[in-house]
Amino acid sequence: MSEFPAGGYIVNLVFLFALATTVAGAVLAVMTRRIIHSVCGLAICCIGLAGLYYFLHSPFLALMEILIYVGAVCVTIIFAVMLAEPEEAVVEKKKGVDFAWSGMAMAVGAAIFYGLWRLGAQHDWTAPVTRTNDGSIKLIGEALLTTYSVPFELISLALFVAILGALAIARAGRDKA
Amino acid sequence: MSVPEPIRLILFVAGLMGFVGFNAAYLVWVERKGAGRFQRRPGPNEAGWAGLLQPIADAAKLMSKQLIVPAGVDRTLFRAAPLMVMAPAMIGLAVVPFSESLAARNINVGLLMIFAFGSINVMAVMLGGWASRNKYAIISAARVVSQNVAYEIPMLLVVITIIMGTGTMNLHEIVQDQAGWFWNWNIFRVWVNPLAPITFLIFFTCMLAETNRAPFDMAEAESELVAGAYTEYSGMGFGVFFMAEYANILLGCSVGTVLFLGGWQSPFGLWSGLIWFLLKLYFLVFSVVWIRWTFPRTQFYGLLNLSWKILIPVSLFTFILSSAIIKLLGHRL
Repeated sequence: MSEFPAGGYIVNLVFLFALATTVAGAVLAVMTRRIIHSVCGLAICCIGLAGLYYFLHSPFLALMEILIYVGAVCVTIIFAVMLAEPEEAVVEKKKGVDFAWSGMAMAVGAAIFYGLWRLGAQHDWTAPVTRTNDGSIKLIGEALLTTYSVPFELISLALFVAILGALAIARAGRDKA
Repeated sequence: MSVPEPIRLILFVAGLMGFVGFNAAYLVWVERKGAGRFQRRPGPNEAGWAGLLQPIADAAKLMSKQLIVPAGVDRTLFRAAPLMVMAPAMIGLAVVPFSESLAARNINVGLLMIFAFGSINVMAVMLGGWASRNKYAIISAARVVSQNVAYEIPMLLVVITIIMGTGTMNLHEIVQDQAGWFWNWNIFRVWVNPLAPITFLIFFTCMLAETNRAPFDMAEAESELVAGAYTEYSGMGFGVFFMAEYANILLGCSVGTVLFLGGWQSPFGLWSGLIWFLLKLYFLVFSVVWIRWTFPRTQFYGLLNLSWKILIPVSLFTFILSSAIIKLLGHRL
């Protein structure tokens, strides 16, 4: 990498690109009217986020982000949307109701943003950023099975219950049909 | 590494693009020639010697056709979908070690990278189908998802079984691990995983299903769905989908070669190199063509039953068996 001419600039450019992708994806997800476009925005946002993870020296996490969020979560959402309604009609609502809702959303958004800003401004950020380890799969695996084994097992239990619940619901539906 | 890094990078990008383009063109020729031979007819034989100029004619035809974007489709997604199928395959090929020294990038999580970007593929075909606003395309998109969800599970289980044996996700190290005689290849390592050949069979079946190849080409079932998700695409829009199919076959077969058949290692422990990788790769690719023209297309329920009732239980069993053996008898045997 070091033999790359102007390597530092290129790295900065790629970082800015990842950042721009994340923000653009998020904005697209919120601004667009078609729900499929929103999901695409989410996918783009996740890919940008994966780029940011890569810059935090955890390629494993970055790839998992793509594998799980783009490859599984977004696909599931699109699938559900496609099954639910093929063509969304744009419903014209009363302007007053719309304004009331957007006013409330704006107030809540502003409050959250203010809170985050206060948190960011008041927190003492002087602690230097250090790499605690090399972020390799081996270390992640060891941490999951030693330090974090209880949360890890709890998550697997929650997923197991979810799978069983899905199976039970699907089985009941099949009997009726 | 005497070549400067930027030039090496550009060479690899151009080389991989050329490799994929050339293969996509000439695998179509292999496919048509093979189909002809399996059905006792000559196949393409007019353009050039043995029809070798046929792919060039095909490419010229596809490129000169008008790109039609039908009214009522979702323009952005309709145009983006072919690119989103093609790009992941190209990214995946960047980590494939063609030989000891011939790989664009040697990264530690190479295998994970191929599967992570490979998962974008499904989304792309689905979005293409949805954006077409065509009922055949939408049915096909729904099929693609259920098929890929069903086959992703045994595929990843099988790959995890292999990773447990090798202890790394670095494709270079996986290949180096299989050095020596051919019984060191993962497909014949029955002392780590007694069902290793079956594991390979599961991997190959899942690979066929993930690349939407016959007998699992439910996405493009031309006798039922016109052309499935690709119905509304014309000219190079369809051409890129078509190229991406072959690029994905190449990638899948490369992964199979690396994981199971020892990558660039020679079967006798001598003269290892690129030639062995290509021989194994094209053997697998030929098998894919062979299977397509030998078996009829399965029914959709048969396809899902095969995955959920046979492949997933068997791959889970091999996974548990292999992990028990590794745990009890130690990692290196």
